[in-house]
Amino acid sequence: MRALLVLCLVFLACAAAAYAQVPASPAELERRETAIAAELRCLVCQNQSIAESNADLARDLRQQIREQLKAGKSDAEIRDFMTARYGDFVLYRPPLKAGTVLLWFGPFALLGLGALIAARIVRTRRSSVALSDADRARAAELLGRGREDGA
Amino acid sequence: MNRKLLLILPLVAFVALTGFFLRGLWLNPREVPSPLIGKAAPGFERPVLHALERSFTPQELRGQVWLLNVWASWCAPCREEHPLFNSLAKAKVVPIVGLNYKDNPDAARKWLVALGDPFLLTVIDADGRVGLDYGVYGVPETFVIDKSGVIRLKHIGPLTQEKLDKTVLPLVRQLQQGG
Repeated sequence: MRALLVLCLVFLACAAAAYAQVPASPAELERRETAIAAELRCLVCQNQSIAESNADLARDLRQQIREQLKAGKSDAEIRDFMTARYGDFVLYRPPLKAGTVLLWFGPFALLGLGALIAARIVRTRRSSVALSDADRARAAELLGRGREDGA
Repeated sequence: MNRKLLLILPLVAFVALTGFFLRGLWLNPREVPSPLIGKAAPGFERPVLHALERSFTPQELRGQVWLLNVWASWCAPCREEHPLFNSLAKAKVVPIVGLNYKDNPDAARKWLVALGDPFLLTVIDADGRVGLDYGVYGVPETFVIDKSGVIRLKHIGPLTQEKLDKTVLPLVRQLQQGG
């Protein structure tokens, strides 16, 4: 029974692998093109992706993506093609490396620093509640007087 | 003492932040560092504007320091920087190759007649594919390429006299003297 199940799974896996080899449909290619273009920054109009931009360069780059997809290139290969020419700057999701560590972890480091400072302030406030003998005497006097007045 | 230090921390942070913002005011966000600096200039083979039957490849200029200027007749800032190249060519400091980017050849020829032709030769990049390989995104752009065919500098936008005198020419001279 178990052997049969394993056999079934193996066939299924083979079928899936074969499916992956089938050339992608035009609709699938278009979906991938849009997905890649949406993650690339247009360098002429820096606040738009090349999917949104109507700039000449963006159109050329979309054309380039389309051609490379048709030629069977993977998404990663196309992204590499773009970064080799325009640098990591074209990626809206920059890769994690030495130069971008601050970009990725800077906000968390600042948050940690803030939490540390907040914790310190809270701790010093709590300990400053400690009263000296003179304070206590004065407090007792004031409180005592209050009670007398109220009585 | 420790407490006082903690109290001036926000001020220090504020001043530091202001410093960054001030610096940012003078930075040009359009100037994106090119990953091509220090890499071999991408090869290509494209027709020459004034001799269409002949094609040019960067390989031909091996052993020389040269400039590649990407321009087009439809590009207004190209007019602005053009006189600089004219005088540079007259002084015969360094060979300049023009890359006519996504242009009409007739318009390009007329433009060179009207404004002067400082180029050793002009190469036609009709579909912008060469420009793409060079990471061109805002014409004009100028590249300094060394004797072994490596890109040493990329200038985006119109070249200025100041940039030429302070950065481009010293680099060119240094590269020309080096092996």
